[in-house]
Amino acid sequence: MTLFIDIGALEDIPVQGARVVKTVEGCVAIFRTSDDRIFALEDRCPHKGGPLSEGIVHGDRVTCPLHNWVFDMNSGEAQGADKGMVRTFAAKVEAGRVFLDAALLKRRSAA
Amino acid sequence: MKEKLVVIGAGMASGRLLEHLFEIAPDRFEVTLFNAEPRGNYNRLMLSPVLSGEKTYEQIVTHDDDWYAAHAVDCRFGESIVKIDRSNRIVFSNHGGVPYNKLVIATGSAPFIIPVAGKELPGVVTYRDLEDTNAMIEAGVAGQNAVVIGGGLLGLEAAAGMAARGAKVTVIHLMGHLMERQLDPSAGYLLQRDLEKRGITVHCKGATKAILGKERVEAVLLDDGTIYPADLVCMAVGIRPETRIATDARLEVNRGIVVDDAMRTSDPNIFSLGECVEHDSQLFGLVAPLYDQAKILAKTLLGEEAVFRPVQTATKLKVTGCDLFSAGDFADAPDREDIVFRDPGRGQYKRIVLKDDRIIGVVMYGDTADGNWFYGLMKDQTDVSEMRDTLIFGPAFQGGQKLDPMAAVAALPPEAEICGCNGVCKGKIVDAVLGGATTLDLVRAQTKASSSCGTCTGLVEQVMKATLGDGFVMAKPQGMCKCTDHSHEDVRRLIKAMGLKSIPAVQQELGWTSVGGCYSCRPALNYYLLAEWPLEYKDDRQSRFVNERNHANIQKDGTYSVVPRMWGGVTTPAELRAIADAAEKYNVPMVKVTGGQRIDLLGVRKEDLPQMWADLNEAGLVSGHAYSKGLRTVKTCVGAQFCRFGTQDSTGLGIRLEKLLWGSWTPHKVKLGISGCPRNCAEATCKDVGVICVDSGYQISVAGAAGMELKETEHLASTASEDEAVEIITAFVQLYREHARYLDRPYKWVAKAGLDWVKAQVVDDLENRKALVERFEISQSVYRTDPWAEHAAPDERAKWAPLADLTLEAAE
Ligand SMILES: Cc1cc2nc3c(=O)[nH]c(=O)nc-3n(C[C@H](O)[C@H](O)[C@H](O)COP(=O)(O)OP(=O)(O)OC[C@H]3O[C@@H](n4cnc5c(N)ncnc54)[C@H](O)[C@@H]3O)c2cc1C
Ligand code: FES
Repeated sequence: MTLFIDIGALEDIPVQGARVVKTVEGCVAIFRTSDDRIFALEDRCPHKGGPLSEGIVHGDRVTCPLHNWVFDMNSGEAQGADKGMVRTFAAKVEAGRVFLDAALLKRRSAA
Repeated sequence: MKEKLVVIGAGMASGRLLEHLFEIAPDRFEVTLFNAEPRGNYNRLMLSPVLSGEKTYEQIVTHDDDWYAAHAVDCRFGESIVKIDRSNRIVFSNHGGVPYNKLVIATGSAPFIIPVAGKELPGVVTYRDLEDTNAMIEAGVAGQNAVVIGGGLLGLEAAAGMAARGAKVTVIHLMGHLMERQLDPSAGYLLQRDLEKRGITVHCKGATKAILGKERVEAVLLDDGTIYPADLVCMAVGIRPETRIATDARLEVNRGIVVDDAMRTSDPNIFSLGECVEHDSQLFGLVAPLYDQAKILAKTLLGEEAVFRPVQTATKLKVTGCDLFSAGDFADAPDREDIVFRDPGRGQYKRIVLKDDRIIGVVMYGDTADGNWFYGLMKDQTDVSEMRDTLIFGPAFQGGQKLDPMAAVAALPPEAEICGCNGVCKGKIVDAVLGGATTLDLVRAQTKASSSCGTCTGLVEQVMKATLGDGFVMAKPQGMCKCTDHSHEDVRRLIKAMGLKSIPAVQQELGWTSVGGCYSCRPALNYYLLAEWPLEYKDDRQSRFVNERNHANIQKDGTYSVVPRMWGGVTTPAELRAIADAAEKYNVPMVKVTGGQRIDLLGVRKEDLPQMWADLNEAGLVSGHAYSKGLRTVKTCVGAQFCRFGTQDSTGLGIRLEKLLWGSWTPHKVKLGISGCPRNCAEATCKDVGVICVDSGYQISVAGAAGMELKETEHLASTASEDEAVEIITAFVQLYREHARYLDRPYKWVAKAGLDWVKAQVVDDLENRKALVERFEISQSVYRTDPWAEHAAPDERAKWAPLADLTLEAAE
């Protein structure tokens, strides 16, 4: 079972936008869609490292701000002709709070 | 010698007749064409899109001057025929007579005017021609009260069009529900609800008693005592065939001019076609049968045998967003059965009327995609008992699985009708395509398919695609992105015409196929909306590219660059000190002077941006918008104040312009250059707008480029007055904001729009120039502010930092 950690309030993330969480695994972008779903993706485009958290969010897709690669936030997979994957992490919303997979916190402590 | 053919009326029916004649026998006739309207043949059906703003008059002209000239037609436009002298074969207008060998009467019909008091007052119009349309457009633009009498096809198109333009519209309809001749009460109700959602008031069971007013219309009074205020009244209660000259000439006339199967009147040398005729006791009000008449009459005139047989026609309402389809007979009767489907949530209603296992009537509202399929079954009298259970779900259900639209089109038989207006079947389109018509325009030219009401365009393209396979690229310039088939221009027009004021509203109403759009359409829509509704629409940061959202340019390593504004390239020691301090405080790795005469601080971390801006703000520095599709820089040279060649205060003018224009959003970036003399040290002649100061004043030129493309500016205007120069430049920028496609630099836009047109708008037409400047100022009342100050506010700053830092928590 995934353990979750509270990282902040849903309202702190703009609708159709993102905020970044720093983790030991690097930056993770937390996206909020127009229907208040939450997705957590590595904040690094596999193409040339663009910060996905600064991309335009449309539906459950995000477009990298540097060269317009489009990713499905459910799977992290690049869409269309581009080939690539971004890591995704478990995340959820409960009672207006956003929770992220606690493994991102633990790994370092375990090490 | 050529035979003399005189045609009375240059409308849709006679236009089609002439096309056939010139095609089959180009040299047979010498044609004289009279028209009461002061213009030639245009697509009358398309007046509704002109009224609503979706099309312009130029786009709906069918035959232009060149066409008439090419066929040597003697055009007498604006000249009515008042008398036909049959014994001497001469027709007369008020300018004199013209002899004929053969005469065609194609006078169409005249709107019916209900005989109530006040019907002659100025401000009462009908809906038939361009003059009526323009009167309604004006009422709409002025935001006036308009009353439409008549809730049929025409009345509703008039009402929706005026409402889209901004009028407050009331529809008064005599019957219990709208369009009662085409719709049953349920579909009429859905239609009424949709119209009411657009702010149109609908009054059914309303009988008009009088039109009130002294000098011009002021109100409409109903039998039940209700009074609706009105600056304009449109009567759209029906039409009657225009038969007056035929009656006077003692031709046989009942309700219409009586013609036989060959379209001949009671005089063997006089023929008639169009809405003015009566054939077999029947009158006509839609173009499809008229086009058939044109085909028949062309043959008759050329001495061939031909017989006119009217076919049934279906009706569609051309109001964007109200989809309805109606064909056949749907009155209740004991020997009939109904199949009805309702989905009130989605506003859908379908009804099929059956008699003896054959479809005899179809009414659809909301989703009309299957209309033509039902209509085909009805025309062919197909026995539908086998598919009865699933019939209402359309063709997709009949094969068991859902067909994609391409497969459905591919499966249609050759005789399936694709274009209802022009009676073009699939086979004919396929033949044309195989014969080399590989673009929509060619198919249109050769078969006429999709050239009238246009609702079949999608289908025609699908037939082309099915025929050509991957060889056919569906007309690409169309959609602004993959989410829609509407072009940029259409979307802009519709945002305005339909009063759409949010991105979701645009996507909903214009049928976006994606959820939430894409990275390409979202910034464009955001721009179009804020340009159209500066006071009502709120800029949507999340629909902006990162640079505009963060008011700084993102660099390839994810850091940002910060460029404060230096008005006209002029700065002070205090400003320079503040910039130097900021550079040190935030460890800026590179400080660079830009080509636009200011200083770039490169390599700033996102979380430092707000604090750095606050520091710069304190020294009076504001955002230089070096990241925006908006006003970037105004580059100047020193000018008369110091330079020995300078003719005017070029620096002062540059500062003045920059203070006026800064903060405004534009379709793409805008850069200005102001040079104090023709030596042009500010390189003004490759900017979007350049000014060269000369002894006699200011030479303004526009549409330069110095990027991937290199282009010198073109002269727009010269003036002795600095104030006028500023005004012209402001008007130019506003015109660009209102008309250019998103991401077109001014030079691209001017190339498309034409410099002459631009000149006419901002230089010659003083009133228009003033209006443009006013609209720019309205927008600037919102946008002439420093975005840095807004985001640097203390309670905003946290938003620029990470939401959480789990590396710290892990270490604890
Ligand atoms: C706003 C609107 C929307 C419509 N929408 C549709 C639609 O969606 N589908 C559809 O099938 N039909 C539609 N119609 C109907 C269609 O436009 C007509 O059926 C068609 O235009 C009739 O063609 P016509 O040639 O008979 O007459 P017209 O096109 O009216 O042409 C007649 C011409 O004769 C001229 N004329 C009259 N008397 C004289 C004279 N004495 N001397 C010289 N000239 C004269 C008139 O000025 C006119 O220009 C619409 C009509 C209108 C007004
Ligand atoms: S870095 Fe993401 S598209 Fe290039």
